[in-house]
Amino acid sequence: MTETLSDASRASAYKAHDLIAEDIDAYLLQHQHKSLLRFITCGSVDDGKSTLIGRLLYDSKMIFEDQLAALEADSKRVGTQGQEIDFALLVDGLAAEREQGITIDVAYRFFATDRRKFIVADTPGHEQYTRNMVTGASTADLAVILIDARKGVLTQTRRHSYLARLIGIRHMVLAINKMDLVNYDHAVFDRIVADYRAFAAGIGIDAFIPIPVSGLRGDNITTRSDATPWYTGPVLLDHLETVEIGDDPASTGPFRMPVQWVNRPNLDFRGFSGLIAGGSVSPGDTVRILPSGRTSTVARVVTFDGDLPVAVTGQSVTITLADEVDCSRGDVIAAAGAPPQVADQFETTIVWMADDEMLPGRPYWLKLGTQMVTAVVQPPKYQVNVNTMEHLAAKTLGLNAIGVANLSTDRPLVFEPYETSRDLGGFILIDKMTNATVAAGLVNFSLRRAQNVHWQAIDIDRDAHAAQKGQRPKLLWFTGLSGSGKSTIANLVEKRLFALGKHSFLLDGDNVRHGLNRDLGFTDADRVENIRRVGEVAKLMTDSGLIVLAAFISPFRAERDMVRSMLPEGEFIEVFVDTPLAEAEKRDVKGLYKKARAGQLKNFTGIDSPYEPPENPEVVIDTTEMSPDQAAEHIVARVLWGRSEIPDDEDPDWFKGRGI
Amino acid sequence: MQLYAACTAAPAGFEGVSTTAKATSSEARISAERLTHLQRLEAESIHIFREVVAEAENPVMLYSVGKDSACMLHLARKAFHPSPPPFPMLHVDTTWKFKAMYEMRGRMARESGMELIVHQNPEAKEKGINPFDHGPLHTDMWKTQGLKQALDKYEFDVAFGGARRDEEKSRAKERIFSFRAANHVWDPKNQRPELWRLYNARKSRGESIRVFPISNWTELDIWQYIHLENIPIVPLYFSEMRPTVERDGLLLMVDDERFPLLPGEEPVMRPIRFRTLGCYPLSGAVISEAATLPEVIQEMLLTTTSERQGRAIDHDQAASMEKKKREGYF
Ligand SMILES: Nc1nc2c(ncn2[C@@H]2O[C@H](COP(=O)(O)OP(=O)(O)OP(=O)(O)O)[C@@H](O)[C@H]2O)c(=O)[nH]1
Ligand SMILES: [Mg+2]
Repeated sequence: MTETLSDASRASAYKAHDLIAEDIDAYLLQHQHKSLLRFITCGSVDDGKSTLIGRLLYDSKMIFEDQLAALEADSKRVGTQGQEIDFALLVDGLAAEREQGITIDVAYRFFATDRRKFIVADTPGHEQYTRNMVTGASTADLAVILIDARKGVLTQTRRHSYLARLIGIRHMVLAINKMDLVNYDHAVFDRIVADYRAFAAGIGIDAFIPIPVSGLRGDNITTRSDATPWYTGPVLLDHLETVEIGDDPASTGPFRMPVQWVNRPNLDFRGFSGLIAGGSVSPGDTVRILPSGRTSTVARVVTFDGDLPVAVTGQSVTITLADEVDCSRGDVIAAAGAPPQVADQFETTIVWMADDEMLPGRPYWLKLGTQMVTAVVQPPKYQVNVNTMEHLAAKTLGLNAIGVANLSTDRPLVFEPYETSRDLGGFILIDKMTNATVAAGLVNFSLRRAQNVHWQAIDIDRDAHAAQKGQRPKLLWFTGLSGSGKSTIANLVEKRLFALGKHSFLLDGDNVRHGLNRDLGFTDADRVENIRRVGEVAKLMTDSGLIVLAAFISPFRAERDMVRSMLPEGEFIEVFVDTPLAEAEKRDVKGLYKKARAGQLKNFTGIDSPYEPPENPEVVIDTTEMSPDQAAEHIVARVLWGRSEIPDDEDPDWFKGRGI
Repeated sequence: MQLYAACTAAPAGFEGVSTTAKATSSEARISAERLTHLQRLEAESIHIFREVVAEAENPVMLYSVGKDSACMLHLARKAFHPSPPPFPMLHVDTTWKFKAMYEMRGRMARESGMELIVHQNPEAKEKGINPFDHGPLHTDMWKTQGLKQALDKYEFDVAFGGARRDEEKSRAKERIFSFRAANHVWDPKNQRPELWRLYNARKSRGESIRVFPISNWTELDIWQYIHLENIPIVPLYFSEMRPTVERDGLLLMVDDERFPLLPGEEPVMRPIRFRTLGCYPLSGAVISEAATLPEVIQEMLLTTTSERQGRAIDHDQAASMEKKKREGYF
C-alpha cells in the first residue's frame, strides 16, 4: 500500500501534522482562513472519475485506517482491479453502484491541504444520470473533465463540457486519464488535446488546463510523474490549490436579497430574512421592494450575534425597514437605484430531467429564488445536439435534452439573466402532479419590451379611488352578436347609474376602433389583440374606481376569460346579450348582415366567423323576452343590489379596515 | 391589492441615483469583508432552515443531544433570531442514552425556548428491548421504528437531521432535501435533482422530507464552530476518569446500574472520552487526555481512525447505513 503514497503528499501531510501537534491554535487559525474550492469531476462512463477522486483523498491523507481496511476488503470482494485497491470504491457509496462498478448519483467529498479546502462532487458519466451531473455542477467553481486516453473525446465528454459551461463553470481542467494504458505517449496526449480544443472553442471554452494523468497509479495527481518527462505543466493538485477563482461577480453588483421569511416575534419587530444574493447592505440604504416597487430605508441589519454595520453577498441576515411597507416571501429587496427586472415572459434555456417528456402548454410550478409561480412553456425554439452543437427543430424535450424555449408565468417574476445572477436567474420546474423536479432552467432575457419599466408604486391606490367615489369598481362586459343590442342596453345602464350618482364610463367597440385600435382589422389575431387592449384599458379604469361598461362582440371565450382574470375576483360581470342570429339578422340595424351575406364583409361574426357563447355568464339578457329598458333595470339591480352581491358600496363597514 | 401604473420610461431621478454612486460604495465594502469558510457554511445552513419553515406545514428538528445536534440547534436559533425557532425539537429516546445527555437535553430545551417532544417506542418499552440482549433489534425498534412512529403520530412533514456528508459513504450521496415516500423509505437511485440553492419541498400527503442543514460541514468544521461560538456540548466529549469495561474490542462506559457485568468483570477507571454519542452500551470510548476543545480537535486531527469506528451500528454489515436509511432510519 504505502509504496503508492507519494513523497510530497507525505511531506505536506507531515507539515500540517507538526503544526497540529505543536500549536493547535495556530493551526486552527490558519485553517479557518483557507479558501474553499468547489469542483466536480465529469466526463464519459468509466473514464476514471471516481478513481481519481479516491486517489486524491487517499494521497491527501483523508482516509482513516479503518476506512482503508474496509477499502482493501471491498476491493478484493467487488473491486475492478483484482487484488489491487479500487479507489473508486471510496466514492461509489451506494450498494447498486458497487455492484455495477458505476456511479449513479453525485458523491460529495471533503478534503483539505495546507493551502485550501475542497468540496468535490464526483458525478456519474452515464447519460441516464445526466441530471445528477447537473446537480453537482450547479454549485461548482471548477470542472475536471476526464478523458480515457484510449478513447479520446466522446459524446458524454461533449455533453458534460457543454453543461458545465452552460451552468457557468469558468475554470476547466482536462485530465487525460489512463495514460498508463497508452504508454504515457506524448502524441496521444497532444492529439486528444487538439481534438478537445477544436470542440471547446465552439462552445465558448477558450481556456483549459490539460494534464496527462493516471488516477489508478497516481501519475501527475499530487506529484510529478517520471513517466511523462515531456509534460511541464502543473500536476492536478497544485493547480487545484492555486487556481484563482475570484469573487462571485454578483457580490460587487447592486444589492439584492430574496425574502425567505418574515420574522415577527412580536408587534414591535418585523424583519425580512434572507440570504444576500448580490451586493451589500447597510442601515440607511434606500431599498426598493420588488415587484411592488415601493421604497424604504434599511433600519437595522439584525443577526443573532448583534446588528451589523454592513452585510455582504452570501450572508444570511434579517433586515428591518424604516416604514411599514408590504413585503413578504417571494419579494426581493434591492438597491433602490438599480433594481432587478420584473417580467412574466422569458426566453430560457432548459435542461429536461424527467423520464416523461416536457409538455408545452402544461402548467408547471416554477421556483426561482424564493418565488413560486405557475409557468407554461412554449414548444422549444430548438434543441441542442450535444455532439455537433447544431440547433435541431424540436416539438418537445425528452430526458436529458437541452433546449431553448419561451416561457410565461402567471405572476410577474423578479429576476436577472442567469449570466448576471445564479440566484435570480436559475430556476427549476416542478411537476404539479408528482411534485418531481423535472427541469433546470436559466433565464436568458425577458421578452417584453417593457422589461425595464418597473411598477411604480402609487400611494392613492385603487381602494382609495373607489372609496372617494363611494362605490365598488366593476367591469360590465356586454358580449353578443353584432346588432344584438349590446350598445343600446349598455347606454341605458349607464344613464341609470349616472342618475344614481355613480361614476362610470362606457367603452364601445365601434368607438374604440376609431382611435386606440384603428390599426386592427377583423382577423382572429386582430380580434384577440382588440380585446386585450380594451381589457387593459378597462382594468386601468376600474383601478381608478370607475364602473366600466364595455360593449364588444368579443366572440372568443378565451379572450373574455383573459379579461376576467385581469381583474380582482368578483369585479368582472359578464353580460350575455342573447339574441339569436336570425333575430339579429332580421333587425340588421346597421345593414351589416346584408353586406356580409353578399360577401362584401369578410370575417363577420355569426356568418363566416364563429361566436362562442359564454358558459357561465353572471347575467343573461334574452332580448326576445325583455325590452332594452327592462334589461337595463335588471342589470343595474344585479350590479348594485344583486342577490349574490352584497351591496358593499352601501355598507359603511366596507370602508373600515381599508385604511380609509 | 394595490395599484401600480406601468410607466414607459423610468421616472425622473430613477436613473440618477443608479449604479454609479451605489456601486462604488458597495465595492469598497466588499473588499473589506470576505467571508470565511465557516461563515459561508453558517449562512448556507441558516438559508436551509428558513426555506423549510417557509414551505413546510409542520416541521420538526430531530435532536439527538450530540455535538452535531448542538451545532444544528445553534444554527436554528441563529436563523430565526429574535424569534425562537418556530418548530419543536424531537428526541427519539431509547432510554439507554448517557445520563449526561438527558441533563443536556433538558438544559437546551429551556435555553432555546423550544418545545421538546420525547418519544419512546411503547412496543420496545413493553418488550424490554435493550442493547445487551437484542443486538440490532434494539436500534431498529427504538430508533428506526420509534422515529417513524413519532413522525406519523405528530404528522410532521419535514424533519431536520444533523447528518453530515463526510460521515459515511451513503451519506455522501444524499441530497440536502431528502425526499421520503410514504413509509419513510429512501430511494437512493431516484433522488430529486437539487440545483443551486433551490430546494424542492413539495410533496403529497403521507410523503415527507428529511432535511440536513449541516450536510456540507466536516467533523473539523463542527468542532471549530463549537470552539469559536462557545456552543455547549455534553461533557462526555472531554476526557475524564470514568468507569469502563472492555467488550468485543469496544471500550464501554458503565453509566448506570443497568449495565450487566459478566462474572468476574470489574469496571476499571480509565481516562476516556467519546467521539460520538449514542446509547451508552453501544458507544465505544477512546482513551484520551484531551480535556479541552483545542485538545479534542488536536486529537481528532492526529487520529488515524474515523469517528464512526466507535459506533457499533456501522459494523453490523457492509452497506449497513444505506440499508437502514432505505428502511426509514434517519
Ligand atoms: N489502467 C487504468 N485504469 C483506470 C484508471 N482510472 C480508472 N481506471 C479503471 O477504469 C474503470 C472505471 O473507473 P471509475 O473510476 O469507476 O470510472 P468513472 O468515470 O467514475 O465511471 P462512472 O462514474 O460510472 O461514469 C475502473 O476499473 C478503474 O479501475 C487509470 O488511470 N488507469
Ligand atoms: Mg464514477
